[in-house]
Amino acid sequence: MSDSFTATAQPHSLTPHTVSERLAKKAFRNLKERTIETILLAAAFVSVVATLGIVWVLVSESVHFFANIPVHDFFTDTMWTPLFSEPRYGILPLLLGTVTTSLVALAVAIPLGTTIAIYLSEFANPSIREVVKPFLELLGGIPTIVYGYFALTVVTPLLQALIPSLPGFNMLSAGIVMGIAIIPYVSSLAEDAMRAVPMNMREGSYAMGGTRFQTAINVVVPAALSGVLSAYILGISRAVGETMIVAVAAGMQPNFTMNPMEPAQTISAYIVQVALGDLPHGSIGYQSIFAAGLTLMLMTLAFNILGHLIRRRYREAY
Amino acid sequence: MVSTTMRVEDQPDLPGAARHTFPHDLDVAALEPSPVKAAAVDFSFYYGSFHALKRVNLPIQEKRVTALIGPSGCGKSTLLRSFNRMHDLYSGNRYEGDIRLYPDNTNILDPRVDPIEVRMRIGMVFQKPNPFPKSIYENVAYGLRLRGERNRSTLDERVEEALKGAALWDEVKDRLQAQATALSGGQQQRLCIARCLATDPEILLFDEPTSALDPIATGSIEELIHQLRARVTILIVTHNMQQAARVSDYTAYMYLGELIEYGQTNQVFLRPQKQATEDYITGRFG
Amino acid sequence: MQQPQLVAIRTIIKSNKRWDLLFGVAGFVALMIGVLTFAALFAQMAYNGWERLTPEFFTNFPSRRAPQAGILSAWVGSLLVMLVTALAAVPLGVAAGTYLEEYAPKNLITDIIEINVTNLAGVPSIVYGLLALGIFVYAFGLGQSILSAGLTLALLILPIVIVATRESIRAIPQHIREGAYGLGATRWQVTRDHIVPYSMPGIMTGVIIGMSRAIGETAPIITIGALTFIAFLPPSPVTPEFPWISFEWLKSGFTVMPIQMFNWTSRPEEAFQQNAAAAGFILVLMTVAMNAIAIWIRYRLRKNIKW
Repeated sequence: MSDSFTATAQPHSLTPHTVSERLAKKAFRNLKERTIETILLAAAFVSVVATLGIVWVLVSESVHFFANIPVHDFFTDTMWTPLFSEPRYGILPLLLGTVTTSLVALAVAIPLGTTIAIYLSEFANPSIREVVKPFLELLGGIPTIVYGYFALTVVTPLLQALIPSLPGFNMLSAGIVMGIAIIPYVSSLAEDAMRAVPMNMREGSYAMGGTRFQTAINVVVPAALSGVLSAYILGISRAVGETMIVAVAAGMQPNFTMNPMEPAQTISAYIVQVALGDLPHGSIGYQSIFAAGLTLMLMTLAFNILGHLIRRRYREAY
Repeated sequence: MVSTTMRVEDQPDLPGAARHTFPHDLDVAALEPSPVKAAAVDFSFYYGSFHALKRVNLPIQEKRVTALIGPSGCGKSTLLRSFNRMHDLYSGNRYEGDIRLYPDNTNILDPRVDPIEVRMRIGMVFQKPNPFPKSIYENVAYGLRLRGERNRSTLDERVEEALKGAALWDEVKDRLQAQATALSGGQQQRLCIARCLATDPEILLFDEPTSALDPIATGSIEELIHQLRARVTILIVTHNMQQAARVSDYTAYMYLGELIEYGQTNQVFLRPQKQATEDYITGRFG
Repeated sequence: MQQPQLVAIRTIIKSNKRWDLLFGVAGFVALMIGVLTFAALFAQMAYNGWERLTPEFFTNFPSRRAPQAGILSAWVGSLLVMLVTALAAVPLGVAAGTYLEEYAPKNLITDIIEINVTNLAGVPSIVYGLLALGIFVYAFGLGQSILSAGLTLALLILPIVIVATRESIRAIPQHIREGAYGLGATRWQVTRDHIVPYSMPGIMTGVIIGMSRAIGETAPIITIGALTFIAFLPPSPVTPEFPWISFEWLKSGFTVMPIQMFNWTSRPEEAFQQNAAAAGFILVLMTVAMNAIAIWIRYRLRKNIKW
């Protein structure tokens, strides 16, 4: 038995055989750890690969498309008629359709979403919040095809009762329902931002005799501005990318107009229309959906970058 | 107008308290008496089931500085925040007893009294400076706008007056439209004082106003408080005894929710009447 | 304060409070719009589609005669696609989230990954459809199949699973990890034995929410070429003889519930509108049920776990 009172005491059972066993085990364990880490990294990297995939797909097919259609025509022609015998490929009608429906949707979602956020954050007592917040989550989880059906069969007839000249397919109905579908996203993000404002700031306003509304408008919303604007940007992104509600309720005809009382087609609805049909792989019609998709992606990307810049500019340090 | 003054000898004598005299017989100059502006009368407060304040009786002399001192958790901030009904903002709190505001003898704590009205008469400066996310001008004008003031030149006048009263005018007069958050900590605190002054409050409450500030800023705030007592009644909570001694005319010492001793500052610090007070003041516990 | 001043102040306060009241009403109205929409939606579909909600509805194929058209191919298709989605998204998402929280050093690669995850969350679902069309269907040659659809939806909900994983892992306090490390565990052992099991409820919540989103997705599935009128079922995954599991179904054509509803909604005949209503009713029931389960799990989680 070795004396174990020295500074370099060794474990009793140590023999050369045991040492190499231990080292071997350690080396294996290290290798195993490394491998696992690499696997996990690869999983995380899939997101990068996915983005690259999106870029590659959109750009490569668009390049083929723009080999045949001049870019200038694409952005300035006012007719989008890819299925005619003399096809024209001006994206403006689709762009206007997207913009108009999005504007209607945001005109609904931003005021209502912000009001709900302020109400839940500053006015409602905790028991109301406990019930309302999960409900809003449920509202946001309803499939958009169902919302599309709702727009076509309930909202449009209702609007037609108010505006008799309204056609069965129109952007107003689709836009309004789109707005309602977006409310949960806007309100939840905006409310999170408002609740993060510390009580100390609110107390300053209350101590001066401010009411809840005055405190909300003068202190909470300006302090939470960065988060509230982010919520709006998210709403815009969702509105621009929305497909099924417009596909069902706004009609499938490109229309160069910004009048919400008319039918029209959005960029995303066009892609669906083509996919429903039978376009041979490699044909110009097939490539056109990628060019349309690229336009859509660039819009969404622009809004994401805008959101990022806004968050940086208005970041509140409490 | 009935004026009452509370004198040293009139304090409630708590059971078990002993009188103590210093070896030196110091000449404690008496303050000129002033009317009582407000008073806590048999005031108790509960955070839920926790009995935080126990039957406090405290007068607040008009146009004087009264300091609340005591160790952490003694209830001084709780007492202060009762004067402007801040506890109403949170659920589960309960007031018992009265806090009376003179000369109209209103009970601030009466459920029929609107807390907003109370807060329009009594202002508060907080421990951590909390200017609004607005310009310097708009911060000071906020209270005036709340009271319905719209006239631009009146606002300009009152804002300038308030900023001068808070000793901040010279530093900011050229940048009134700048964001308030760009100011230093000490300047922000003076801004918070200015915005309270703009509305001519009857009482100004200070909740440890300098604990978040550096010594130089602290000095300027203390100087300001000393000047302000000529125009407004001040109640200040401070965990810093020396500050209380420097700045206040009257001092109230609290411990575990009870008011242990109250009197003119000189007297409380130099000839405290209760052993407990003397123990705290001489640093026997913190 | 003198009496006339007090009176003036009281008037102002009253007028200030009126705004408070107005806003309270506005908030309530805004909420009611949401509630009414949900109620109207649900009620209208239930009312319109009631006739169709028979057991045959679930066991019939789509048909040109509306009363006989059913959702058999649709719900089977949805089920199979969800299976692929779950099997792809859960391991990938949990692994990615775990890496980002437990292993990732603060360097450029990690930043790039995180930016990409945030980015992907904002990509419109139709673009995922285009990605799948170009890559899964043609470049990889997987065809217009259940496999393509499942992988597409897996990518779509990947950010949701990753974020849910990260947040659940973040909620685990440091001292638990330190306890395990202190006993000599390796990083993988700590992750496998402690981090992942403890964050499971939170992860499950995210997965369920992601799946409920995936079930309702229409645009990307249409884009990769799901059929809108199919009268056959994909081959069964389980076979009666060895090896008892078949992968033929992955390559099969298919349809899903939201597409079936879309198909019926697009038909002008009133009778098909009833089918659409019935399908929609079932679809909403499914998504609401899944969301409700997720919310309930999260609620119990918040109440029960006290670190």
